[in-house]
Amino acid sequence: MGGYAIYVWPAYAVFLIVLAWDWVAPALRRRRFARELRGKLARERTRATRAPRAEAST
Amino acid sequence: MVTAIQPIAESTPPAHKTRPRSPGTLGACAALLRRDFVLAWRRRGELFLPLLYAVIVTALFPFALGPDPELLARIAGGVLLVIVVLAMLPALESMFRTDLEDGTLEQWALAPQPLALLALTRVIAHWLTTVLPLIVVMPLLGALLNLPVKVLPVLIVALLLATPLLVLLGSVLSALTAGARRSGILLALMLLPLAVPVVIFAAGAIAAAQIGMPFLAPLTWLAAALVLAIVLAPLACAAALRIAVEA
Amino acid sequence: MSRSYLPHWMHWLGSPPNFYRFAGALRPWLMTVALVSAAVGLYGGLVLAPPDYQQGDAYRIIFIHVPSAWMSLFIYATMAVAGLVALVWRVKLAEVIAMECAPTGAAFTLITLLTGSLWGKPMWGTWWTWDARLTSELVLFFLYLGVIGLYNAFEDRRRGARAASLLALVGIVNLPIIHYSVQWWNTLHQGTTVDFLDPARSSIAPAMLWPLLVMALATHLYFFASLLGRTRTGLLSLESGKQWVRVLVDGQPAPTTGAPT
Repeated sequence: MGGYAIYVWPAYAVFLIVLAWDWVAPALRRRRFARELRGKLARERTRATRAPRAEAST
Repeated sequence: MVTAIQPIAESTPPAHKTRPRSPGTLGACAALLRRDFVLAWRRRGELFLPLLYAVIVTALFPFALGPDPELLARIAGGVLLVIVVLAMLPALESMFRTDLEDGTLEQWALAPQPLALLALTRVIAHWLTTVLPLIVVMPLLGALLNLPVKVLPVLIVALLLATPLLVLLGSVLSALTAGARRSGILLALMLLPLAVPVVIFAAGAIAAAQIGMPFLAPLTWLAAALVLAIVLAPLACAAALRIAVEA
Repeated sequence: MSRSYLPHWMHWLGSPPNFYRFAGALRPWLMTVALVSAAVGLYGGLVLAPPDYQQGDAYRIIFIHVPSAWMSLFIYATMAVAGLVALVWRVKLAEVIAMECAPTGAAFTLITLLTGSLWGKPMWGTWWTWDARLTSELVLFFLYLGVIGLYNAFEDRRRGARAASLLALVGIVNLPIIHYSVQWWNTLHQGTTVDFLDPARSSIAPAMLWPLLVMALATHLYFFASLLGRTRTGLLSLESGKQWVRVLVDGQPAPTTGAPT
């Protein structure tokens, strides 16, 4: 690289690392969201099965 | 059974003569200015805080850098500019907050006067009550930092152009963050990068005046930006206020 | 309804579950082509293109610096257009798209600044200078962060999206400043090299130009793929109360408790 390797390769590394983060972060966010929503739905389901009569009367 | 229709009593004047007249655009702006001045006067103790902050920070510089008069004279113009910008920030955050909370902003949005004009009036009142005192105090602060006397008029003119510009920019950002619950220092973080070009031009004029070079060009750039902002910023501010109010 | 000026497919696409499925189908194709063209562009830039007679091999940073800079501007323009649609027509999908542009835009702007710095040190002798182009690009980075910060400061996501869209629109004035800064001011930064209207007139060698354009294509495709993915995630969290999201996440409809979803 004609002596410029110490500048060129870190630059390419920055490119790859930042874009890798940009690709991975929403996937992690989505997985966390799905986990929370599944938990919330499970809680709602147990609440519904525990007191179906009270809910139906409203 | 049909009852006779009673005629309206003669002593009651027709409706269109008793309906209160709208104050008109200028009257509304004057009323708004008067209200802001009265409120500021009631809180006049609070208005001293930015002044006090500016004086204290200015006094810190000779303690931090040593009392060498030449060093202080070299940095005085730029330092005072930055101090004014920082001292303006806390007041900017609450420009619209109290009015949003007590419902005044909704009245503004419903008023027949253009919201942009009411916002511009608020900006003028804000500049007069919170920023003008800072500029008035500049000679004193300049003396603390050994500011060369020939630079002082240029500094004051630069501040007279730059600070309204910053208040106009800050009004848009303040309106945007007014409806946000968790904005914290978001306004300062958003305003400072936008303030960078303003500071660059103002500091350029001050530095040029200090070494005896022509300083008119950066000042005219500031004036041009100010004129543009006076026209456009109230429109953006009004749009942001409508967003803040609509919940 | 079919007599409205809005094309039928646009109307169909504006519905979140439809967009979700459409984006999910399109995204792998976009990403594949993006990766292939990036491989081709990088090979052309790192292996095939000759060293520059002035800058030696350091110029090879151009193949990531310039496409990233172009993307930082393009994404901001996309964000502003989507934000305009969100503000004027209150289209939910436009709100999500506008807000999901911001992180990727900030990423490309950061890459531009850092790679530019790494290129500037050997060429100009300094990591940073306050010239017009660098300063305005830095302001662009702060604008992206401001949009993200303002959006996240609101509890009501839709209102936050509208406020942040207005901020994005106000900041659009920065784009021509960045683009023309090298013409309007004396800057340390190099002037305009690539002439889009007549590429033959560009002052860059063809062997260096084609990998640059291929990398530009690759980054554009990557951005679209990333945007589709982020918008899908954004739609899920915005519409989390709706049945289609619950079926998707949980595999079964939400339990009927008598209360409306």
